[in-house]
Amino acid sequence: MNHDPFHWGRPSQETYGGYNYNIANASNHQQESQLDNFPKVHSQQPIITGTSVVSLKFKHGIIMAADNLGSYGSLLRFNNLERLIKVGSQTVVGISGDISDLQQIERILHELEIEQEIYDSDGGHHLRAPHVHEYLSKILYNRRTKMDPLWNAVIVGGFNDDGTPFLKYIDLLGVTYTSSTLATGFGSHLAVPLLRQLIPNDIDYENIEEDEARKVLENCMRVLFYRDARASDKYSLVTIKSESNEGESTPKKLSYNHETELKVEGQSWKFAKDISGYGSKQL
Amino acid sequence: MTNATVASEYSAEVNHVPIEHRFNPYSDNGGTVLGIAGEDFAVLAGDTRQVEGYSIHSRYQPKVFNVGDDIIMTANGFAADGAALIDRFKNQLKWYKFDHGGKKLSIQSAARYIQHLLYGKRFFPYYVYTIIAGLDENGKGAVYSYDPVGSYEREQCRAGGAAASLIMPFLDNQVNFKNQFEPGTDGKQKKELRYLSLDEVLELVKDAFSSATERHIYVGDGLEILIVTKDGVRTEYYPLKRD
Repeated sequence: MNHDPFHWGRPSQETYGGYNYNIANASNHQQESQLDNFPKVHSQQPIITGTSVVSLKFKHGIIMAADNLGSYGSLLRFNNLERLIKVGSQTVVGISGDISDLQQIERILHELEIEQEIYDSDGGHHLRAPHVHEYLSKILYNRRTKMDPLWNAVIVGGFNDDGTPFLKYIDLLGVTYTSSTLATGFGSHLAVPLLRQLIPNDIDYENIEEDEARKVLENCMRVLFYRDARASDKYSLVTIKSESNEGESTPKKLSYNHETELKVEGQSWKFAKDISGYGSKQL
Repeated sequence: MTNATVASEYSAEVNHVPIEHRFNPYSDNGGTVLGIAGEDFAVLAGDTRQVEGYSIHSRYQPKVFNVGDDIIMTANGFAADGAALIDRFKNQLKWYKFDHGGKKLSIQSAARYIQHLLYGKRFFPYYVYTIIAGLDENGKGAVYSYDPVGSYEREQCRAGGAAASLIMPFLDNQVNFKNQFEPGTDGKQKKELRYLSLDEVLELVKDAFSSATERHIYVGDGLEILIVTKDGVRTEYYPLKRD
């Protein structure tokens, strides 16, 4: 017996041949082979994912961190990914979300870099963070409009044309915003409050030294490792800063420093013994 | 794509449907905006908070812009669509000038053009409430407001976005004097309409936003007011509560 509910009580095709729908004049009947011809659906969900990117501005530049993990659902699939991408000479792009889309963005940015920086057709104009951000935001917004999104949240860091630090976010919907403290995904819940403790008002980054900023960022990576099950304790960190002294009118010298294979230091799991059920034990 | 078999008594019906986890191309980024026209000025104000869900993503992300030709514009709702709409308008205004020897675009022409930008995406709309403000050809203040698919009208005042429903009745009462009567007439004689001064309008705007901040979680952080007069556009900023 054929157990398919749509074929109950039908003469078996092997014995009697397929039913001729023209008999019943059923002209609008769809053949079963046609049933898969649904409109093209760009289905999506992220497959292998990278978790938060965390970043902030300080007095002389910006600092950004992201761990090196690629998760396949709850499986820790890759532990050697680099999610902080250098574009041009003074811009970093930190990407969370789907890793294959990350690699697509990486390719697009590489092409942009070749076009704009190697074939320097615009007379010494250099690719800077606002340009990279504008370009990426158009790509992500265009893809969401086609209902075929690049499933990522991205932070672009670097400098404005006037030399002030630049930090701006874009996500798969094309939504963008600036702030002196930015984080994607879980980081926007866990890290941003810690970052805003250091920089309560957007303008306050002007008083923050690099070592203060770095200390808070390292703390964010620790907190994320504690509480984000998709985070790892191995991460990369990029610092971009201008080296000039205040009041100098000469063009500022910029340094781009990419550190890899950093470990979350000073972990303490003492709190773990008090955890039972869905939270710390009520005494 | 996974197909699920849906039980049916008759096989002539389409029997496989895709299980849909559809990508949602929209989100709500909160914020609220407000435009008021005076006799020889117009203001457009917006808070500077940008949110998604319960997260405040930015405390200073301006959404009211001087788009040129003494026209100020805002598109509040889904931030990506708002930015796209304003970008498109600015771009078209640039081309209008190239094509017409730098001619100034009047506010009513700008208003009609924006209708076409919005209605052009009638079946995949820009999810935004749009308001523009400026001065008309007689130098009088003008505010035009739109729904997401381009229906528009010229008004004396309009609130849009998250706290529109909180602010609009206040404006009806304070700008158009709705439900206000002359004292001593036993509610028989309506209070006569008059133009408000710029100072009165700015006070109304500040009160509206500080009240909306109290009662709506999507409103707060800062208030940016753009003011158009015959001398051009200027901007004022006032802090709002950040909680």
